[in-house]
Amino acid sequence: MAHSAGKYIFGYAASLVLTAVAFGLALTRALAPGPLVLALILLAGCQVLVQLYFFMHVTEGDGPAFHSAALVLGFIFTFAVVLMSMWIMTFHSQVA
Amino acid sequence: MAVIERELTQPAQHPERESPSHHESGHLPPEYRDHHQSVRIFGFWLFLATDMLLFACLFATYLVLKTHTDGGPAARDLFDVPGFSAETLILLTSSFTGGLATLAMRRGHQKQVLGWLVATMALGLCFLGLEVKEFATDVSAGATMQRSAFLSAFFTLVGTHGAHVSYGILWMFMVLLQVARRGITAVTARKVFIVNLYWHFLDVVWVFIFTVVYLFGVVM
Repeated sequence: MAHSAGKYIFGYAASLVLTAVAFGLALTRALAPGPLVLALILLAGCQVLVQLYFFMHVTEGDGPAFHSAALVLGFIFTFAVVLMSMWIMTFHSQVA
Repeated sequence: MAVIERELTQPAQHPERESPSHHESGHLPPEYRDHHQSVRIFGFWLFLATDMLLFACLFATYLVLKTHTDGGPAARDLFDVPGFSAETLILLTSSFTGGLATLAMRRGHQKQVLGWLVATMALGLCFLGLEVKEFATDVSAGATMQRSAFLSAFFTLVGTHGAHVSYGILWMFMVLLQVARRGITAVTARKVFIVNLYWHFLDVVWVFIFTVVYLFGVVM
């Protein structure tokens, strides 16, 4: 189960497909800019899950999944820092 | 009945168990069987969470500054689609070969571990070569780090990832030497596992770089 190559091959295939879809959507400009950005971010999110589950074995380990709690906290801070920075910098024309 | 049978036969099935106090260890992959090593793996996950915050700050800076081109080259003028497509394909493949090194370690095949680590490092070097070439082309076209806030943020974000990849190759080489000299032990199993955790993490960061920097840059 844990020692099978199938999981890795499936993970690799999934990451190639997700990347090909992202490049295809972006380079053909298949969607309007707003939905395109959303679609690309969702595809990148799927890639993170593929790497974490198929390659990094995030669901395995010894005892409670404290490492998953640390990762979730990391993701929350990451989105907070990125989205709040972008949001607050949209006000610069009003305070300058 | 089945439970009693399993309890009776289990110690005989695992005479080589490294941590006898740990009852679940027979079901765990080799890198987790020794409790001291699994604590270190947890420590490495904590490092990855903090390293993610470093990249969060650099992505935030890039996203805020990406329109501040000061009349200089913008993302659309600069990014070369075949170049970053090749970089992406190489890094995705290296993440896969790194995973195969972990798989070989779990199966206890020392030679295969060495082979897949060499393949991963070779792909990592190809990636770095393409990145250096890309940076050199940008700089020779006048797109230096000092030219605009956009370019400062771009080179800092992508360059920090490249520095991580360089360090990863160096570290993987040290792990390779240890596996070659000592074989697969509780300690080297854990080292093979975490160097590949780091490598997969760098692939995840690159996924966001090709999405947020390159694809957004080409589209907008």
